[in-house]
Amino acid sequence: MRTPALLLIIAAVVALALVPILAPPFYANLLVPFFGYAIALLGFNLLFGYTGLLSFGHAMFLGLGAYGAAVIAGVLGIRQFEVVLIGVALGALVVALPVGFLCVRYTGIFFGMLTLAFGMLAHSILFKFYYLTGGDSGMRVPRMRILGLEFGAYNKIELLAGPFYYYCLVLLVLASLLMWRIVHSPFGLHLRSLRDNAQKAEYLGVRVRQFRLAAFVISAVYGAIGGAILGFRIGLADPELVHWTHSGHLVFMTVLGGFTSFLGPIAGALALTLLQDQLQSITQYWRFVLGAILAAMVIFFPRGLAGIAGDIAALFTRRKREVPA
Amino acid sequence: MASFANLLLGGIFHAAVLFLVAAGLQLVFGVQKIVNLACGSFYALGAYFGITLVNLALNAGLPAWMLLPVLIVAGLLMGLVGPPIERLLRTVYDRDESFQLLLTFALVLMFQDVLRFVWGANPQSLSNVLLVYGKVASGDFSVPVYNLLVIAAAIAAAALIGLFLRRTNYGRLLRATAENRTMAEALGVDVRSVYAVVFTLGTLLGTIGGALVVPTSAASLDMAIEFVIEAFAVVVIGGLGSMTGALVGALLVGLIRAMSLVIYPEFEILAIYLIVIGVLLLKPSGLFGKPAT
Repeated sequence: MRTPALLLIIAAVVALALVPILAPPFYANLLVPFFGYAIALLGFNLLFGYTGLLSFGHAMFLGLGAYGAAVIAGVLGIRQFEVVLIGVALGALVVALPVGFLCVRYTGIFFGMLTLAFGMLAHSILFKFYYLTGGDSGMRVPRMRILGLEFGAYNKIELLAGPFYYYCLVLLVLASLLMWRIVHSPFGLHLRSLRDNAQKAEYLGVRVRQFRLAAFVISAVYGAIGGAILGFRIGLADPELVHWTHSGHLVFMTVLGGFTSFLGPIAGALALTLLQDQLQSITQYWRFVLGAILAAMVIFFPRGLAGIAGDIAALFTRRKREVPA
Repeated sequence: MASFANLLLGGIFHAAVLFLVAAGLQLVFGVQKIVNLACGSFYALGAYFGITLVNLALNAGLPAWMLLPVLIVAGLLMGLVGPPIERLLRTVYDRDESFQLLLTFALVLMFQDVLRFVWGANPQSLSNVLLVYGKVASGDFSVPVYNLLVIAAAIAAAALIGLFLRRTNYGRLLRATAENRTMAEALGVDVRSVYAVVFTLGTLLGTIGGALVVPTSAASLDMAIEFVIEAFAVVVIGGLGSMTGALVGALLVGLIRAMSLVIYPEFEILAIYLIVIGVLLLKPSGLFGKPAT
């Protein structure tokens, strides 16, 4: 990675780290879901941006994370967030293997529809089986210890805006580093090759389906971890998390930030979290504005915010080069 | 036995409305290759506007038996949103299908608030009009004549669409464009206008479907995002792009919903998704679709 980009990223992480100190707790609290979405989207974009598979049911894994947290911490009473993270990651693995195995046999619109159907299947199970899942009122996610510490002196808001905020920030950095390794490994190159030309990749010996399945499973694990963070923050796991419109939201964030770039989805998650908060305070018709923005992005800036930033950067570097000549 | 007949007719009524919306979805997918998530929004738009227009008509002193014609007019009028939306979609015809899908998702978000802005957040309904045509009853069995009329209207629509696609010149042009766009264009078909017509027809079917359903159930903001999934299930089961598929799929989904309500209510929607997944896995092209390529 080029040095200016690296400096920019470090500056962004430092800025995020300063938020709880400099800004009122409201903002730190607002950014906690951003961390959840950012981690989930890192995984989502491995599937969409790098493997070329658009899932319209990915919210089911966020739901799995949140409901997993509710079951492990609430029903089983193991109130350790690390246990929850490991538990939901394993849970995502167990669910994503068979679901992914069935879905990755198709690409394009059929993959999208199949994932949508699985997502809505999960939704209707959560919604209808009231005695197990609480139906539309959902399941409570209790407060948990993080790193084995109780933080008894903090109330819920202070916990979210303080220790939990930093915990999520570190988690996001670690998840990004791991994903960076994944997409720049031979594995990641395989994924890109089969995205661009599956037939050719297969001819060259890439086991297309296995690689797609691996990408699906990794993205599911990231999704579940993001979902566990969302569950902790809201204190509730409800079926809306799994609804297909929530999956659409994930795609929205990814396209807003730019799916052709590694950090694009994270930028998209941040932009949408802040934007939605602002819009909701201005008007009750914020969905209309979001829809209009999505339409504008799709039509005019298909490479998203990251694409716009890249174009601006290219403009400057070209100018610099042109000056000596 | 009578309750079984009630149930059966309930399922068929639901299937009739589903068929209209799904047929619109099929038409647009078949010719334009766009999966239109906004078809549920057209359905909701038709429903809300149907309520408004019927109330206006009744207040203006129109006789109650005009209910069905007024609703159909409401659907036709709302079909006018089709052309401008098609114009918007035109910008992404050459792009990847995921972008087209996303643009229709953007439309879903926008329509949600347009409906909220115009008609408010509370569900709306037409009261006391369902029985203006009377009902057919014998013993336990009873069904409003209105429901039978809607079923007849859907059958008529199916027949008309079939005739239009198979017997008219324009229908042949549509099928040719669906089959091979480039070839049709090379032979002089004005593909742009075909797309505009097809999309408007698809919109019309959605809005009429929505308008016809309001005497029996309330119009709410959620109906758009819920109904699109059901219409989606219909086209997947029937096969993307196939009109026969839409008909059979709608009947299957309508009847399964009706049956599972008595047998095992928790299973209602679940059963439909299970069938969708089963069909996608065993025969992704659906019961009547062309094989996926």
